[in-house]
Amino acid sequence: MKSICFYFQIHQPFRLKTYRFFDIGNDHYYYDDFANDDIITRIAQRSYLPANEMLLDMIRSNGKKFKVAFSISGTALEQLEQYVPEFIDSMKELADTGCVEFLSETYAHSLSSLVDPEEFISQVKAHDEKIYQLFGQKPRVFRNTELIYDDDIAVMVASMGFKGAITDGAKHILGWKSPNYLYKSAAAPKLRLLLKNSKLSDDIAFRFSNPEWAAYPLTADKYIDWIASLPEEEMLVNLFMNYETFGELQPRESGIFDFMRALPRFAEQRGITFMTPSEVVSKMKPVSELSVMHPISWADEARDTSAWMGNILQEEAVNKLYCLAERIRLIEDRRIRQDWNYLQASDHFYYMSTKHSSDGSVHSHYSPYDSPYAAFTNYMNVLSDFMIRVREQFPEEIENEELNALLLTIRNQEKEIEELNREVEMMRNNIVKDTTGDFVPKVEEKVEGEVEKPAPAAKKVAVKKPAAKKAPAKKKASKK
Amino acid sequence: MFGWEFPPHILGGLGTASFGLTKGMAQCGDMDITFVIPKPWGDEPKDFARIIGANTTPVAWRDVNWDYVEGRIGKVLDAQTYFDLRDHIYGDFNYMNTNDLGCIEFSGRYPDNLLEEINNYSIVAGVIARTIDCDVIHSHDWLTYPAGIHAKQVTGKPLVIHVHATDFDRSRGKVNPTVFGIEKDGMNNADHIITVSDLTRKTVIEKYGISPDKVTTVHNAVEPLSQELLDLEVPPKHEKVVTFLGRITMQKGPEYFVDAAWQVLQKVRNVQFVMAGSGDMMEKMIRLAARRHIAGRFHFTGFLKGKQVYEMLKASDVYIMPSVSEPFGISPLEAMQMGVPSIISKQSGCAEILNNVIKVDYWDTNAIADAIYSIIKYPAMYKQLREQGLDEVSKITWDRAGAKVIDIYNRLINR
Repeated sequence: MKSICFYFQIHQPFRLKTYRFFDIGNDHYYYDDFANDDIITRIAQRSYLPANEMLLDMIRSNGKKFKVAFSISGTALEQLEQYVPEFIDSMKELADTGCVEFLSETYAHSLSSLVDPEEFISQVKAHDEKIYQLFGQKPRVFRNTELIYDDDIAVMVASMGFKGAITDGAKHILGWKSPNYLYKSAAAPKLRLLLKNSKLSDDIAFRFSNPEWAAYPLTADKYIDWIASLPEEEMLVNLFMNYETFGELQPRESGIFDFMRALPRFAEQRGITFMTPSEVVSKMKPVSELSVMHPISWADEARDTSAWMGNILQEEAVNKLYCLAERIRLIEDRRIRQDWNYLQASDHFYYMSTKHSSDGSVHSHYSPYDSPYAAFTNYMNVLSDFMIRVREQFPEEIENEELNALLLTIRNQEKEIEELNREVEMMRNNIVKDTTGDFVPKVEEKVEGEVEKPAPAAKKVAVKKPAAKKAPAKKKASKK
Repeated sequence: MFGWEFPPHILGGLGTASFGLTKGMAQCGDMDITFVIPKPWGDEPKDFARIIGANTTPVAWRDVNWDYVEGRIGKVLDAQTYFDLRDHIYGDFNYMNTNDLGCIEFSGRYPDNLLEEINNYSIVAGVIARTIDCDVIHSHDWLTYPAGIHAKQVTGKPLVIHVHATDFDRSRGKVNPTVFGIEKDGMNNADHIITVSDLTRKTVIEKYGISPDKVTTVHNAVEPLSQELLDLEVPPKHEKVVTFLGRITMQKGPEYFVDAAWQVLQKVRNVQFVMAGSGDMMEKMIRLAARRHIAGRFHFTGFLKGKQVYEMLKASDVYIMPSVSEPFGISPLEAMQMGVPSIISKQSGCAEILNNVIKVDYWDTNAIADAIYSIIKYPAMYKQLREQGLDEVSKITWDRAGAKVIDIYNRLINR
């Protein structure tokens, strides 16, 4: 029995406004609110909302046999909460059906997995927390930004306790193998790998409404036929695509919604079921190991990471940004941490791509900038200002290590003072009680137990401001 | 071919482009090119084209002997050609101001009596057309259109005119009716029109009312630089240098450069701005820089030529061409060859073929300033533009342009 595993990606970056070099050091707000609002609202109206409605329908009318998974970046969730709150409600409704799984990813849709493991782990945690907060699910399967994956990432992901990860079935990795099986990572054998079936995914995402395509028009029974006629032992078809496919990439008039609605019926006729990634991971057995030495992704023909880190501009921007990482982990300022998240979105680097091949045209299509150079200039101006703000937090000449120690002392001192105050308070109470009469000792004992040692080994740092508690990137001081 | 300038004695981009194209066509093989210019100096390269000077072509009979001719003009024209040309004088031009050889004097520049010189040039063209057997006549820029038309009437051969610029580019829209008339006449009489960019092609079609199928774009290219130029030594410098290089005229948009410079200097101090070249707006620009209180960081070099141009480029960190209207604009390509990151206006023809430059609207001084700032502040930006620019420009060669022109010739001859 074959199974289809659908997963849809939703991501929107916080696009930057035109930020001139005059603004460096003067203007600390970086985002183009108008464009962000406009774009997310438009896409939600045309795609996300009607598609959610469609999925809800499909799940209800098929007796919960239809299942899908979502991966929604933290930045997209924030924008949706802010500009299209009805979408969050509709998503909650979907989540309540029990047929929708939420995947884990980095909060900022960032490239941290390639650059900064510590940042990567904290972002994944932040994202999962957000998902739990909104939809009450703890993600069990991981999907990295743009399906970026290699052995090192596999190890990190496995160490965080994920059972499975999703990546691309890149030809140069698979060779003669088929993506239609469950694999496991060679570097972390406990980690199962679901690979995107590019051909069948792109048939829906990119070719569906193209009249020049030989298979046009694509109908649900034809599509299910293709899946059913795959070799007997190929049990799993992973269809991964952007959620914008429905209504935006493939407009409503193309009939994409009706196509989707018809899928479960034909699938049932041919005995094909739908599964979520974690069901796949728990029910299927991996056929073999997969080793990925160099990072792959689902972008472009080459399926590598060159769309984000392929030229000097991109490397420079990424390096300059992640240079700040250690220092930022010591900072609690809520706005700095928010900007830090937003600036990490992979999109900013994608806009700087100078690939002029056929792939390159896709790059320029999504970019709000005229050219990669304009994208770089604007980003670096913003980053320059951000760096000034980060430096202002603490004197630059102090090394991170030293600073960390100092901060720890300060925080412990605070705690200590608090404890002592409490002690004083109690003593006073005791004295008052004492004067009124009877007994003493019981309270005294309790106080003794509560006083902590001055500098405990645990490096957990209390989050001070109530506002910061809400901030997504709740963090731990980083002393190893 | 009829042209007005030929290296090394050039006044603008026209000479460079005419030369490059001629050489590129010669490289494609099987071409016999005669290039007519008003006044050769004798040091023009002659390996791929025969050069005839209008000022050494007799239009009135003079009874002179071989040795006399050889002595007078031997270094620019072979005496035999002089006598061949003399045999084809077609009218009595003794009323004109002719010299001891029966030739009309030309300045070879752009003098006040330019229209008279253009007319004389066309008279001379009649003699040359009768003397030299050709298959195609090719006229570079409006100065030589009348000569081309004349030669076409004499020989009946197809005329190709090469539009390096139109008066709409030169005058920011305030077109000189006489010049427009000459241009329009040339285009009407031409069998085919070559423009240096799609921008110019559009002007020709829309403003001159020419049928689109008669107009083809052949983008200009650049000659690879000699090793000597690439190895030029410049004194070490401690500050960033941003350079504007070209005629300081309305067409080139110098005031936008001054404004962008002013903006950048509000934020960064260690930058020098250089305006290299001369032109009718130079004094105005000097005053403007002074009024903006940036004169201390803003330098005027006057007209640069030959090696000086490359020394200037070599010393620059940013090259900028904010032209209001530039039919092609070859100098950013030269800057790229020298490894200088370039900022060019979207209104220039070369923007159509360049990717690794920064393109801005000429009036958008904010964007120009941002681009300058970015290149001097972010090393990656500089490096990317420099390396990719070098790579890109090395692929823009004249033999490709030449091949396209030859294609057009073949179509005209065979139809």
